[in-house]
Formats: sequence, structure tokens, C-alpha cells
Amino acid sequence: MDYSQFGSMIPELIVLGIFMLVFLFDTFSNEGGKRILTPLTTVLFALGTVAIWLVPASGEEVFGGMYVNDTATNAIKAILNIGVFIVFLQSAKWVESDEVAIRKGEFYELLLVTLFGMYLMVSARHFLLFVIGLESASLPLAALVAFNKKHYESHEAAIKYIMTAVFSSAILLVGLSFVYAFSGGSLYFSDIALGVGGETSGLLIVALAFVIAGIGFKLSLVPFHLWTADTYQGAPTAITSYLSVISKGATAFAFFVIFVQCFGAVYSEIWEWMLYAVIIATITVGNLFAIRQKNMKRFMAFSSISQAGYIMLGAIAADGLGLASMMFYIFVYVVSNLGAFAVISTIEENAGKISMDDYNGLHKTNPWLSFAMTLAMFSLAGIPPFAGFFSKILIFTSVTGTNSWPLYVLVLIALINTIVSLYYYLLVVKAMWISPEEPKIAAFKTAPCQRVGLWLCIAGIVFFGLVPYIYQYCYDAVKDSLAFLTIF
Amino acid sequence: MDLSILWYLVPSVIMLACGVYGFVTRKNLIAILISLELMLNSADLNFVVFNRFLFPGSMDGMVFTLFAIAIAAAETAIAIAIIINIYRSIGNTDITEINKMKF
Repeated sequence: MDYSQFGSMIPELIVLGIFMLVFLFDTFSNEGGKRILTPLTTVLFALGTVAIWLVPASGEEVFGGMYVNDTATNAIKAILNIGVFIVFLQSAKWVESDEVAIRKGEFYELLLVTLFGMYLMVSARHFLLFVIGLESASLPLAALVAFNKKHYESHEAAIKYIMTAVFSSAILLVGLSFVYAFSGGSLYFSDIALGVGGETSGLLIVALAFVIAGIGFKLSLVPFHLWTADTYQGAPTAITSYLSVISKGATAFAFFVIFVQCFGAVYSEIWEWMLYAVIIATITVGNLFAIRQKNMKRFMAFSSISQAGYIMLGAIAADGLGLASMMFYIFVYVVSNLGAFAVISTIEENAGKISMDDYNGLHKTNPWLSFAMTLAMFSLAGIPPFAGFFSKILIFTSVTGTNSWPLYVLVLIALINTIVSLYYYLLVVKAMWISPEEPKIAAFKTAPCQRVGLWLCIAGIVFFGLVPYIYQYCYDAVKDSLAFLTIF
Repeated sequence: MDLSILWYLVPSVIMLACGVYGFVTRKNLIAILISLELMLNSADLNFVVFNRFLFPGSMDGMVFTLFAIAIAAAETAIAIAIIINIYRSIGNTDITEINKMKF
């Protein structure tokens, strides 16, 4: 075997290297050394993020084409890395708290392993590697959801997460076994595309329905979303933000690659309509349920369900523009959602309040936090000139670019839902700025690392839409990788 | 004796259906986990059968099955660990009592 092939897995090697360093340091350092574990991991990860941004993609297929490292996968990995870095910054205070401090090494190790799994999932061009990546991304997350050992909610959230995760992977595996029947004896994406051809059959429809259901569970698309709210509410807030952003972004990208590359030939016959129905249900149900939530974490859970529907609009466009705008949407969603979660977790840590009613009159005591939350809400709702507006424009443009009238209707429904979402996002803003009640949360000082994370999110929200470089970066990354990404 | 592919696929589908039925109706977490194992095994059986009957020249399905079994074992281990945590905090593993969070 040619071991030099491992050399082209640069992003994976970086994450694995950081993981090994953190693991060894955590195992062999003494009490004094453990104190610098958090800054050490954060700095190492920041260096790794910079390295992934700077090292160009090797543009190679290795292991017989099972793994590919091209510009598009490199770009999505860099985007996810920024998200994870922000998660590290905003969880830095929480991992130092008395309850968690003794296990903080495990927190970082498990988080890095899930990130490694997501990298494999994104780069996989063979279903074996994809399934291994998917599972190593979702199983350690169950352990992380159960991380608050003394809180019962954390266990309840974890059991709901692991049961639905295993159920969905069983469904996915059954679907893949039916796909295997078409493949001509190989599980490479390209061979399956050849085996499927352009013909539809009952078994293929069942297989694709199973695969969509299996991946839809991970993406929390409606009707596979029922675990989302409970898991998000019970999990530690750092893990909730990780689940809602990083895990979702990686799975959405992998979904696009699988469906366009393996099943592109039966797009309009089979999966366009399945995805069509699922997207409409996801956006609408997510929005309608978000309106009646009072707990901020449940509120963000339903908001992230409806955002997942918008992300999947890129998959239904199913072309290079769709992938580019999906990546841009994920990038903007990373900064907006993490900004909102940063505010929620700071308030939870300092004041112990998580209900929306507690946010009444927040601007009198914590104006900067209210300001950050307002920007995040505006961006999620898509109010110009913030980044969320531009990401919505681009993803709608990519769908209407396909020139088919059912997709115009889909965009119309998504637009109407944007207006609905405006209502509940502004409820939070109203509570913070307009509500006349006396503030329930006393003034407090945010920890420095959390402040840095918040400023990064705010910078992203304000500038990503206005600086065309970011969108150009996503578009060029997709364009340069078209050799590996056969788009029909 | 020459058995056709259906003799394997029909039991596999029955296993899948039993697994889904058990997942929905059982009240004990361990029983739910057993149902999940049934579903995963049905997928493994499908892979092996398709490989043996449709593509006897290659081994992709068999190899995939080996990995799928290992992954299923990991899933069970984590689920059992969480079930033990649940048992420690509420004293049983009945899902009707795991209902603190709902909408």
C-alpha cells in the first residue's frame, strides 16, 4: 500500500494531530498543566483553522477514489472550522466551571473526533467511508449531549438523541442496501451513478425515500425533526450550538454530494418531489412551532429546523450555483446562529435565565448583549443589510435559475415563510428593547473569550453580505472542483 | 437445494418491520434498543444477500456489513451508557417517565 496517500488528507491530519496532542496532554499533564488545557486547545485549533484556510486543496483522489480533497470540500471544512473555533471561544468559561472542569479534556477530545467524522463524511466518495464518517460524527455527540452529568435534562436529551440517531442510521443502512442492489457490485458514488442510469423503478424509489429519511433525521428536516427541540433544550448550550450549526452544515453538504452525484440522473423523476415536499414542510412547521416557544433554546431549535429547510433549497437547485449558495448560506448561518447562542449561553451562565420573558428590558442592564442578539436575529430573519439577507437572496436565485415553475412556487412559499419568521425573531428584539418591564437580569461583565467570540460573530454578520469576496470564494471553490463533482 | 433470493429478503423485511414496530410500541429502553438492533441486522442481511446473489464477483457488501456490525456495537455501547445514567437518576428505564421536556 502506498502510504504517501495519507499526505493529501491535510485537513483530516490537522484535526487528528490536534486531537492527539490534546489527548496526550490531558492524559499525562499534572494539575498545573491541566489549567492551560483550554487556552492550549483554542490556540492550537486557531492555528489549524488558519492552516486549513491557507493550504490549498491538493485536488487529488486517494484510496482508489474513496476520498477526495478538492477545493469545495476544503472550503466547507474551513467554514466548519471557523464555527468550531467560535464554539470553543464561547464554551471556554463553561468548561472551567466546577462541574465540568475535571472532564474538560473529554469535552475537547469528543468535539474534535466528531469534527473529524464530519470531515470524512464531506470528503467521502464511497458509501463505506460516508457511513463511517456519519456515525463517528453523530455517536460522540450523544456522549456530549449527556455531558451535564448532574442534570436530568441532559440525560433525557441524550437518550432521545441516541435513539433517533440509531433509528435513522438503521433506516439509512436499509436504504443503502437497496441502492447497493442497483450499483453493479460497487459502492463508489460514480459506479452507483452508472448503475442507477436514468431508469426509475419501485425499489429505487423506496431506496431513495429511505436514504432521504435517514439523512433527514440528522438534518432535522420535518417530519424527522421530533428529537430536535428536546435535545437542544436539554444539552449543554455549547453542544446545542455545535449541533445546530456544524453538524447540520456538514450533513447538508454531504447530502448534496450524494444526491447530485449518485442519483442526479433520476432527479426530476424521483427525489426532486420528495425533497420539494420535505422542504415546504420543514420551513413551515419549523416557523409555526417557533412562534409558541418561550424557552430560548427550544425557540432556537425550531428556528434551526426552518433554517435547515432554507439550506436544503440549495440541494433542490442541484447545480454548481446551488452548492455555492448553500455553502455561503451555511457560512452566514454559522455566524448568525452562533452569535445568538453566544448571547443565550452568557446569560444562562451569569444569570441562570433561559426563558424569553426574562429578556424583557435587557437593554437597560446589558446593552451590548442586546445589540449582538438583535444583529443575530436580524441576520437570521434576513433583514438587509445584514448577511442573512444576502444568503437568502443567493439561495433563492439559485433555485429560480432552474427555470421550472414548481420551483418558483417553492421560492414563493419560502418567501412567505420568511415573513412569518420575521414575526418571531422580532419578538425577541421587542422583549429586549421595547418591553417596558423592569429588567430581570442584572448587569454583568461578559468573560473576555466570549466577548471575542461575539465580536467575531458580529463582524461576520455585518460584513459577509457586503464583502463580495466571501461569496466569490464559495463560487470559485465549487467551480474549481467540478472535475470531482460530476454535476449533471 | 437452490434457494432463491426471496427466501432471504422476505425475512429481512419482516425483521425490519418487527424492529420498527418494537421501536414504536415498547415501553422499556432496553427493549427499544433490541428493536433497533433488529433493524440494523436486517440492513446487514440485505447487504450480504445482495452481494452473494447479485454480485458474487466482488466483496463490497460483505466488507460493508463488517463495518456496519462494528458501528452497531458502538451505538449500543453508548446507548447503554446513557440508559445507565437514566436509571441512576430516575430509578427505572420506562420511557413513559422520561417526559420532562415536551412541547
